[in-house]
Parts: sequence; C-alpha cells; structure tokens
Amino acid sequence: MSAQTRDLSSLSELRSGVSTGEPLVAVNGLKTYYSIRGSFLDRLIGREGAAVRAVDDVSFDLHKGEVLGLVGESGSGKTTLGRTLLGLVPATAGSVRFEGRELTGLPERELRLLRRRLQVVFQDPHASLNPAMTIAQAVGHPLQIHGMASGDEIRLRVAEVLERVGLAPAEQFMDKYPSDLSGGQKQRAVIARAIVLEPVLLVADEPVSMLDMSVRAKILELMLSLKQDFDLTYLYITHDLATAKFFCDRIAIMYLGRIVEIGPSEAIYENPRHPYTQALLRAIPEPDPRRSVPRDLPRGEVPDASRPPLGCSFHPRCPRAFEVCGWESRDLRDLLEARWSGLEEERYEAERAAIGNLDVLDTPATRVRLAADGERAERALGLLEQARDDDPNEPFWRGVRRMARADGAVEVEWHDPLSPRLLQAGEVEVECHLYDEDALRRADELRHETP
Amino acid sequence: MSGEPLLSVRNLRVYYGTPGRPVRAVDGVSLDIGEAEVVGLVGESGCGKSTLGRGVIGLLPEGARAHGEVVYGGRNLVGLPPKALRALRGPELGLIFQEPMTRLNPLMRISDHFRETLEQHERRLTNREIRRRSLETLGRMGIPPTRFRQYPHEFSGGMRQRIMIALALVLRPKLLVADEPTTSLDVIVEGQILALLADLKRNFSTSLILVTHNLGIVAESCDRVAVMYAGKIVEEGPARNVFAEPSHPYTRELLRSTISLDTTELHSIPGAPPNLIDPPSGCRFHPRCPEIMAVCRERAPIETHPEPGRRALCWLHGPDGAIPPGGRQRLEREAIAVAEEA
Amino acid sequence: MAAVASSARSLRGRAKLLALGRATKPIREATGIARAMLWTGAAITVFFVVLALFASVISPYRFDQYQSHGVRFAQLAHPSAKHLMGTTVQSTDVMARVIWGAQTELKVVVIALAMALTIGVPLGLISGYFGGLLDRLLVLLMDALFAFPYLLIAIVIAFLLANAQGILTAAIAITVAYVPLYFRVVRNHVISVREEPYVDAARALGARPRTVIRKYVFFNVVQNVPPIATLNAADAILLLAALGFLGYGIQPTQGAEWGYDINRAVSDATSGIWWTGLFPGLAIVLLVTGLTLLGEGLNETINPVLRRRRFGRFEFDALSPGAMDIEPLVEEPE
Repeated sequence: MSAQTRDLSSLSELRSGVSTGEPLVAVNGLKTYYSIRGSFLDRLIGREGAAVRAVDDVSFDLHKGEVLGLVGESGSGKTTLGRTLLGLVPATAGSVRFEGRELTGLPERELRLLRRRLQVVFQDPHASLNPAMTIAQAVGHPLQIHGMASGDEIRLRVAEVLERVGLAPAEQFMDKYPSDLSGGQKQRAVIARAIVLEPVLLVADEPVSMLDMSVRAKILELMLSLKQDFDLTYLYITHDLATAKFFCDRIAIMYLGRIVEIGPSEAIYENPRHPYTQALLRAIPEPDPRRSVPRDLPRGEVPDASRPPLGCSFHPRCPRAFEVCGWESRDLRDLLEARWSGLEEERYEAERAAIGNLDVLDTPATRVRLAADGERAERALGLLEQARDDDPNEPFWRGVRRMARADGAVEVEWHDPLSPRLLQAGEVEVECHLYDEDALRRADELRHETP
Repeated sequence: MSGEPLLSVRNLRVYYGTPGRPVRAVDGVSLDIGEAEVVGLVGESGCGKSTLGRGVIGLLPEGARAHGEVVYGGRNLVGLPPKALRALRGPELGLIFQEPMTRLNPLMRISDHFRETLEQHERRLTNREIRRRSLETLGRMGIPPTRFRQYPHEFSGGMRQRIMIALALVLRPKLLVADEPTTSLDVIVEGQILALLADLKRNFSTSLILVTHNLGIVAESCDRVAVMYAGKIVEEGPARNVFAEPSHPYTRELLRSTISLDTTELHSIPGAPPNLIDPPSGCRFHPRCPEIMAVCRERAPIETHPEPGRRALCWLHGPDGAIPPGGRQRLEREAIAVAEEA
Repeated sequence: MAAVASSARSLRGRAKLLALGRATKPIREATGIARAMLWTGAAITVFFVVLALFASVISPYRFDQYQSHGVRFAQLAHPSAKHLMGTTVQSTDVMARVIWGAQTELKVVVIALAMALTIGVPLGLISGYFGGLLDRLLVLLMDALFAFPYLLIAIVIAFLLANAQGILTAAIAITVAYVPLYFRVVRNHVISVREEPYVDAARALGARPRTVIRKYVFFNVVQNVPPIATLNAADAILLLAALGFLGYGIQPTQGAEWGYDINRAVSDATSGIWWTGLFPGLAIVLLVTGLTLLGEGLNETINPVLRRRRFGRFEFDALSPGAMDIEPLVEEPE
C-alpha cells in the first residue's frame, strides 16, 4: 500500500478503541457569555451592556479514545467552547468535569497543573509559534514549565518527539526558527509541542484549515497515528464537514452557541436531520465535474450573537420553519428588505413611504404596530397582503397570526415562539421543532385557530 | 470560446526582488480570457496564481516587476504608464480582494463609496442616476436599499463582500479578478457569493478570473480552469473536462488529495512545492511526480494540446519528436527525504 | 541521539549566537540609502563616542584649564596653532571644551536613557499585558506627562532638584521626560502581541504570566526599541543642550557642556567673535545628525515594510532557463 494512501477501513481501526463507562470529559449546561460594554452613559448609570451568548447551554460527553467533532461556522461558539474547556476563558455557568474533576472555577494555579493532560493545537500554524524561539526551545518549553525534565534531557525528548511527528532528522529542525519552516512543518511542530507532555486530551481547533490540500491528509494521518500510539482523545473543532467525516467518531453541529444536532458520524452524514446540517452538507464545494453551484442554500448569514433571533436561532434562514419557530418583528424587516432589493426605485419609494420608519421593527417582539397614521395604514396593509400573495410559500407567513388594521395603524402579530429542545431522533439528538411532537402538535392547533 | 479573446496573456513573467536572486513567482505564463467567461486559476500556496491574477490588472506589490505581454483592447498593459493603467482600472478591469474590509473605508457610508467611485470614472452622471445605479447593483447583490447609508462595520462579512463586488461591478467592467474572494467566509455564505459570481457573465456580461486554492468551487462555478504549479500553468481547459479527465499528474494528484464528502481514501502528495528562486531542473513537478520519466528531469516540458481546447505542460503528452531516445523510460520517484516533507 | 546529547552542552551558547545572527541579519543585508544612512550615522556616533571615552588623552587641555605652566591663555583668541578652535572669554580652550563636552553629553544621555528604559519598558510590559486598573492609572499618568513639552518637564525637574549634583539632575530630568515614550511604545506593542495565537498557546501550555511576558512577549516587542532609543538619544542631546543653555544643566565646574557654552557665546557674537559659538554648535548638529541617521537607518533596515521597497533590482533573462534546454527537433505545435 502506498505510504500516501490509507483507506477508510484501516482508519476505522485506528478510530476504534473508544471506551465506555465514565466519560473523560462531561460538559453540562455550559454557558460562556461575554458582556459587551454598553455606551458610556450605560456604564455611568451602571446598566449592563448586552451579552454575547457565545456558548449557550451546551452539554455533551467525551469518552476516552473518541474523536468528537465540533462543527460550525463562525459565530457558532465552537472555538469559545474549546477554549472554555481548556480554561483559557472563564465559564459563566455550568460544569465541565475532566477525569472526574470540576474545571470551572478552578484557580489558575491548579488549572496549570492540569494543563499537562489537556493540550491544544490552534488553527494558524504561522502564528502559533513564537517567532523569537527556535523549534527546540518552543517544543521544549512545556517540559520546562512543568518541570518534567531539564538541561540535556529536554533536548533529547524534543528530538524524540520531533522525529515522531515527521520532522526528521530532528537535528535539522531543532535550531530553526518558525519563519524557516513551511506551513505543514510548522503545524507538525505545534503538534509536537502539544504532545511532548503526553496529554490525555487534545483539543484541535481547525488544525488543517490553513494548510494546502496536498498537506492536509498528511497532518490528519499524523494525528490519527498519534491517537493510536498515545491513546489520545480528540476534540476536533472545524467548519469543514468533509475532514470531520474522516476524522471523527461523533459529530456535534453548533449554531449560535448551541448544539443543534449531535450523533455518530455515519448517522449525521447519511441522514442529516436539522435543516442547518442539511444546508451545510449541500454547501460543501465538491470537485465533481457534474456539480454546479448549489442554488438552494439558506438565505442570510449567521445572526448577531448579542441579539439572537427569538425561538429557534435558525428560523430566519430555515426553509422548513413553521408556526412556532419564533417569528418576530425583525423577520418582517428582513422580508421587506429582501423584497425591496432590486425593486425599481419608484415602487420602492412608494412602498417605503407606506410602511414608514422600519426602526420600530428592530426591537424583537411578537407584536408590532406599523404606519401609525391612518391613511398610510391602508396602503401598508395592502402592501403586506401583496407580499404574501407574491410568495405564499415563504415560511414567514406561517408564523403570522394576525395582520389587520387597528386604531388607525397596522398591527402584525406572530405566534408565540417555542424554544427548541434537544431530543432523540433515531441515532442522533437534534434540536429542531420538526422532530418535536409537542411542537408539531401545537403548530397544528395554531393553524386551526387562525382564520 | 468564440471570437477574439478579451484579454490575452503572453509569456508573462513576474519576479519579486529579494536580497539575493529574485523569486520567480510567475515564470512564463500564457492565457486567454474570453468575453463573458469565468476562468478559474487554481493551485496551492506559492504557485503564483494570486500574483498572476493581480499582475494581469497591474496591481503588483512593491519589489515586483513584470515582463511579457498582457494584451487588452489592443494595448500591452505591461509597461503601460501608471496613469493610463489607473484609467483602465475601475471602468474596464476590477479586482475583488479576500478581505472585504480592505477596500471599504470604515469612515465612509456605503453610499459615499459608490458616489466616489462613480464620480471618479463617470463624471457626467447626475446624483439621481448615481443613486439609481448604485441601488440597482446593490440590489442584484442582495443588499437592500434601506441600508444604503450605513457604514461598513454595520454589515457582516458576507455582506461586505457583496458590497465590494457591487462596488466593482457598478462601473460595468469587462473583466473582474477575484482573489480568493470566499476564503475567509463560511461555507454557506461562500455558496451564496459563488452563485453571484458565477452569474456575472449572464447578468453583467463581465468576465471573471477566479483565483482560489479550492478545487471544489472552481469545478462548480467556472467555465475553464488553469491549474498552476511553481509559477507555470501546467494544465488548462474546460472545467468539466479537466476535472473529469485530468491530463497532468499534478492535477490528478491534487484532485485525489482533496478531501470531500465522497472521498474514501486519504491521499497526499509527497514532498513540498519547490523553491521559486531556484526551481528544479526540467519539469518543476518531477521530484514529486508519480509518473516521472527520464526526460522529465533533464528538460522542461513543451506545451501540447492533448485535445482541442486543452493545454498540458507534461512530457506524458509529448511532443514525441522532442523526447530524446530513452527519455520515455519510467523512473522511480526518488525517495523524498523526510526533511523535505511539507 | 548521542550526537544530540553532546551538542546540548553548547546549546545555550549556540542559541544565543544564532539569535544574534538572526537579529543582525537585516542590518548586514542593508542596501542603498538605508545602508548609507546606517553606516554614516554609525561612523559619526562612534567618532563622538571615542572622543568622549578618550577625552583625557585626545584633548590638549582640560575643559576648565585657563592656564598652562602658570601662563594664562589669551582671552578670546582667534583659532591658531596653539588653540585650534580659539579660546573663550575665560581663557579656556574651545576645542578642549568641545571634546570634554562630548563626554558630558554622552554620559548624561546614556544614564538618562538607561534609566528611562529600565523604568519605561517594564512598566509598559506589565501594563500592557495585565491591563485593568493598574493599566488605566499608568496610562493616565503617562499621557499627562507626555502632554507636556519635554523641555518644560526637564526644567521643572531640574529646578526641583536644584540642590542635587548637576549631572544626575540633568539625567533625571531627561529620564522623566522620556519614560512616557518608552512606556507607550512598549505598551502598545504588547497589547497587539498579547492577542497573537502564540501567546495564547503559551498560556494553554500552562506558562505563568511572568514566563509568558519574558519569553513570548518581551523579545517580540523589544526589537522596536533600538531605533527609537537612538532617535531618542538625538533628541536627548538637544534637550540637554537646551537645559544647559538655559542654565539649568551642568554646572561649569563639573564639566563642559555645549549648550552652556553657546549661551556664553551669545554675547560674543555681537563683537564678531564666532569661534566660541560655532564649534559647540557644530558639535551638537553633527552628533544629533549622526544619531538620527543611525536611528533612521536602523528603522529602515529592521522595519519589514520599509525594507521591501528597496528590492526589485534585477533583470529578466532573455529566456527562462527551461526553454534553453530544448533543441527544437520539431516545429513548435500550434
């Protein structure tokens, strides 16, 4: 077998060895919120600014010998989750138990001792190494910090581990500086530094996304073989579902700080349940000559984490959203803006005039009053009804409970949002109303209520 | 591609100065871009694709110099006085960067950006026309008119990229060069932006050179593709054909190395891309090529056409007349010293 | 592995040598204008340093010497063979005062800058790395000091310390004026470096903050300091001369000082006596220019952005070598 090719069957051999029983890491209800500094006035009065819910009530287990993938786009909270696990960022609430010990709230001193067993490989190989230290110094530094070796022995251990990661002969790399190395070599050095202490858990945050394609496989292979030799457990953080498919036993899909789907790798790929997971899979570019650019991707982007949508965070972009998914005033703004993009200027001006100031739609609410002066209200209502006729299949309309004249204005009211729950659906757990019997029933009731 | 090419690159070389000998980033490249065509320039880091893309519109960093021909509208852009080149950039040739924030001034509203661009290049437009053109272009990119007067920081990354594309398109250029336009974006937004770019030729009659390291997006959105390695184009042709049946071993290896949902094997290319100051003798890919022949080490390959409309720079495709006797003998790929691994 | 062990013994020495080699690499590779500036500035500076160090050997007379073998020197004598730069109204030799003045200037400036660096850099490191209340207080203090013109601060300090010894007074005055500069430069750089992944990685490895600062932040931040310190030295010379001119600096009994001499020379100028003011003035100009050239030269060579501009001096070969290998056995295909 060519050294460069390794097929899926032997990969799964490497991946096996997952133990059952007490998990190595148990995360429960973890929350990491950042507070955004409010305006000067706010600070003066003492009012807190908004909070960014980077990690919003996440729970999962990680078993020894397992590779768990944390997949999400930017703003999903996956990096923050990794960093909270490592203690680099303080948790706001919840618990992280590592080998039975509670990590959150642990004083820095004790956390530092645990760092020997918990290591990390960061994303950017070009920036993860200190430009002022040689490779030998960088890789040897953890040994120094933890007093595990000194003097000559450090150099010996460093040479050993460099050879192990493929930087051989070690002598050739020991005295080089990071700027003398290629991206792949740097990442190997970073991995060497992470394993020199023989940790138990390795958090890998996008370890290959900044490397060229022809190099990625080498690093992934290295990581897999290290896993076997050192009995490592990995938390693999990435936005790339394709590499996650290879590397991971289980996958957790994250969106805006929450896990929306989690389960065994095969199950997720063969039968993705959450519409977001489905979209992610569709969107991956494939060098397949028969494919063209996917045209059915969800619109919009990951929303601002400091002001998440009501109900299910994904609902504004979801093609299958329905009554209870959390429709609100900001969705109406998005709808109108989408309608007006590319409309002829005169029509846009007219419609804009009818609706009036859109700022009232920026405060999240399930009921809103528009066009508060009687004459415009009629036109505004007409416009909304026209919009609905133009595109009746738009999920937004299913969320509208009532749209009528009231007190000389137009009142729009949406169904009350239900927060989605992480529930079992076959082999996976998914947080989506489509798989929640109670939610589906409620939506049914609401549908029959609305005239 | 029918008719005259819109832009014709002939034997272009772009070298970067160093304290020692120059870096031969683009070393003799020829390429034609047709009207309303999307051409992908794909390769790994350091292959010269970005330099080529920028060199085509004359936007090279300090310390870089170009030699050769880039023929556009009957003129050679290489060596054109900067003033003339500036006049072309904008109305005829545009560039989209990887980081949208680099082109957008954080202190200026979006409307100001458009006004400035239009006023500079199309002086005779009235304010109303400027607004109309801007809103129309922005609308096509999915930016609503309600946000016309906002500042760049109020938009997300994907929207900023759309704004930048709109800014480049509002002048209706004939050719746009997009340098890794989606690399810093998430995958769903990337798909959205790519759909926009792939439609440029239809909606705006604009040709696009898409520079990227991602084979997948090239396969999905480009009409033709040019694969680059060590400063040269090693293969070129219609995207579908090149990806279905690659002619050059590097393209083959690159395709096999790409990890996608369908991949069943992990594959990589041994060794690392060569030093561009002192590239290997003969074919630059020979130290890493699984199909290396004797001649590949001695002589640089001559460009051939394995099929009409396709080019390849590889001795496997001849021309037979130029291969000395014994040249076709297959060799063992030399054991690459582990130290040379990427 | 044995080879590894034996080489470990000389590891420290080798690593230091390597680091030094790397740090000076851009200097050795300097070309063009930057190189000219660097070496001219260095030459001038070295010249004055030599003057300062060997003043007692080089100078024909002491700085306050107004007689020789009991014979008083001529007053305000024209430059002549005996007094190459003439004499002052107090019969002291101008050249001697210029040479000894170099010693005074450099003594004060070196002490002052050393103190400013010793205070400013660590404060900047700590303030930048830890942030918080300490940082805010320090920034407030430093910005307040920074807002005052250097000369004003120096005068105030000199005034307050009027009873203390002249050289130290002057040095302290200059130190206080310049500490905010180093603090600010280092702090700002630390804040940007602090966010770099490799610093994060160091924390993730379990390094203590002082280790992180020492090994990861310090070396990456400190490379900015030499050009700034050199340019700063130029400024400090001027500041010292200004203090001396105003009478706040060195007392005439403690040493020669160019600024003081110029002050004395002002009244001479009206009488057409040019040598008492010209030579100290030229000395100031020359030394300051030398230091500035050195500083700017360092900046040009070390600062990567400025370096790139000077490349691009190469020629394209007629054909790339690859093409030369082909013997056209067949006609080129279309």
